[in-house]
Amino acid sequence: MTSQADPQATTASPRAPLVIAGLLFAVLAAIPLLSELWGGAWLTSLAVRAMILAIVAISLDLLMGHGGMVSFGHSAFVAIGAYACGIMLTEGVYEMALILPVAIAAAGLFALASGAICLRTSGVSFIMITLAFGQMVYFALGSLAQYGADDGLTLWSGPDFLGTRWLNSDMGVYITVFAVLLGTWALVHRIVQSRFGRVLRAARQNPTRVASMGYSVFRYRLTAYVIAGIIAAIAGVLWATHAAFVSPSLGAWQRSGDLIVMVVLGGMATRNGALVGALFFILIEETLSAITHDWRLIFGPLLVLIALYARGGLVGLLDRIRGPA
Amino acid sequence: MSTTLILIQILNGLQLGVILFLIAAGLTLVFGVMGFINLAHGVQYMLGAYLAVALYGLTGSFLAALVLALPLALLLGLVLEFLVFRHLYDRDHLSQVLATFGVILFLNQLMKVIFGPASLSVPPPAFLDFSFTLVDGLLYPAYRVALIVAGLLVAVGLWLVITRTRVGMLIRAGATNPDMVSALGVNVRRLFLVVFGFGAMLAGFAGVMAAPIFSVEPGMGDNLLIVAFVVIIIGGAGSIRGAFVAALLVGLVDTLGRTLVTDGLRLIMDPSSANQIGPAIASMLIYVLMALVLFWRPEGLFAAKVSR
Repeated sequence: MTSQADPQATTASPRAPLVIAGLLFAVLAAIPLLSELWGGAWLTSLAVRAMILAIVAISLDLLMGHGGMVSFGHSAFVAIGAYACGIMLTEGVYEMALILPVAIAAAGLFALASGAICLRTSGVSFIMITLAFGQMVYFALGSLAQYGADDGLTLWSGPDFLGTRWLNSDMGVYITVFAVLLGTWALVHRIVQSRFGRVLRAARQNPTRVASMGYSVFRYRLTAYVIAGIIAAIAGVLWATHAAFVSPSLGAWQRSGDLIVMVVLGGMATRNGALVGALFFILIEETLSAITHDWRLIFGPLLVLIALYARGGLVGLLDRIRGPA
Repeated sequence: MSTTLILIQILNGLQLGVILFLIAAGLTLVFGVMGFINLAHGVQYMLGAYLAVALYGLTGSFLAALVLALPLALLLGLVLEFLVFRHLYDRDHLSQVLATFGVILFLNQLMKVIFGPASLSVPPPAFLDFSFTLVDGLLYPAYRVALIVAGLLVAVGLWLVITRTRVGMLIRAGATNPDMVSALGVNVRRLFLVVFGFGAMLAGFAGVMAAPIFSVEPGMGDNLLIVAFVVIIIGGAGSIRGAFVAALLVGLVDTLGRTLVTDGLRLIMDPSSANQIGPAIASMLIYVLMALVLFWRPEGLFAAKVSR
């Protein structure tokens, strides 16, 4: 993880990523209209799922791609956010303006505590210690007998939004998730381009040198870890709102593995890589499973081929197709 | 909690430990020598179990199935190495994760297509189909004892190969400093192939031996793979000795924890909350153990790599 070239350098022209992102967001914005024509609620529900995963994937890319911290426990933060929402709804707190701060605080504190321990290690050790914390969250949530234990928790009523029923309508959820995705996409880019982001990226390539320039690599990484955890928890709150159901499996290691695959698939540390990866992952899963029940027989080899031949993931592939730099 | 019950739990723990060791041995060498993260190693365990099912169906004999399954498991490992893995050795870890994840999806689904989604099983060989009487009325199946013995024999054999033969010397050297071994004129690619095939065969062996005890189903290797990674992190990447000690440790902690934690909690809290929290804490134990090892000794208990 230390010996790879900076993918930032391969971006062909600065405007192309914006065009791709513009197209993707335009398609996502048009989906509620399209689903009126055909597909119905199924299509919007699929798009909401894809967008929530994209939010998480973008936050993971901040860690993995830009920070060089490959977290194998990122789905734990999604689960923490989802359970914060689920538990408060079950206990009779319906106001999102109360739920969201609690979810953010819970995830932020957990990220601060576990991150401070995890960041003592690096490389493969970091992958495994984040896995360990992820598994601890997973098993802890499974032991909450009063909140459904392993079977999960069905949420009979959705949260209020500043006293309105906005988040109880499909359209309200769709617009909210879309807005959060757009905000996350823009925010993470801003973070990466900021002075903070430059220190973070420099520390990925050469932590010793950054430290010798007087920066505390640990503090920068921990801050990024907390930010990414909080974004994932917000996605978790959205997930609970959308699915009206939370279960410990949200935080299972397989979900964390899927997230890593999405980011690598799309292309790490690029403007749109995580977004493209998450949307592609869900799209291909749905399309192939519509064609054949055994879609994994196609998807598996496809991942192998992308890993072998498409360095820099799908976004890297796009760059090369448009013309060698 | 009677001593007999603890004895049974210890035997169960050793049994899990032995299976974990057989999987982790190949994994730790592949990871330690080649620096290759092979998520698909758990699939090789699953293939071994399915080979046992298929070959038992053909021959009607567990021993014949075992003998035939080993070279086939080796062959499947070599085919995977040739088709996919050898193109990934000099790539970054995340490309390896992506590709081997794809291999898992493919092979899990392939087994589901060939054998169906239901879980299958293989009866243990007839001459082991009896039980030892531990103490008055408590029985322990002979096959499970045989599995522990077989695993320990393999561990001894592996230790002899690693410490007493030329190949073993090269593997140890490769785990410590692969660049130096290559510079000394050893064909590292061929060494990788040997290690890989050997590791696949050991995982396949674990799968065959596990087939009569655990249910044979698609994805059966996935959760064990994660625990096997825990084992090699605790033991230290590239170290067979570390993998052995850590595998038994993890097997015992996980198995004993499941009974002892709940019983221990009953002493300090009311039984219903103990029953509720106990299993969760027990499941966390091995991860807490790994986190502690990583925190205090990031290179593992028996690190093979020299610090570079």
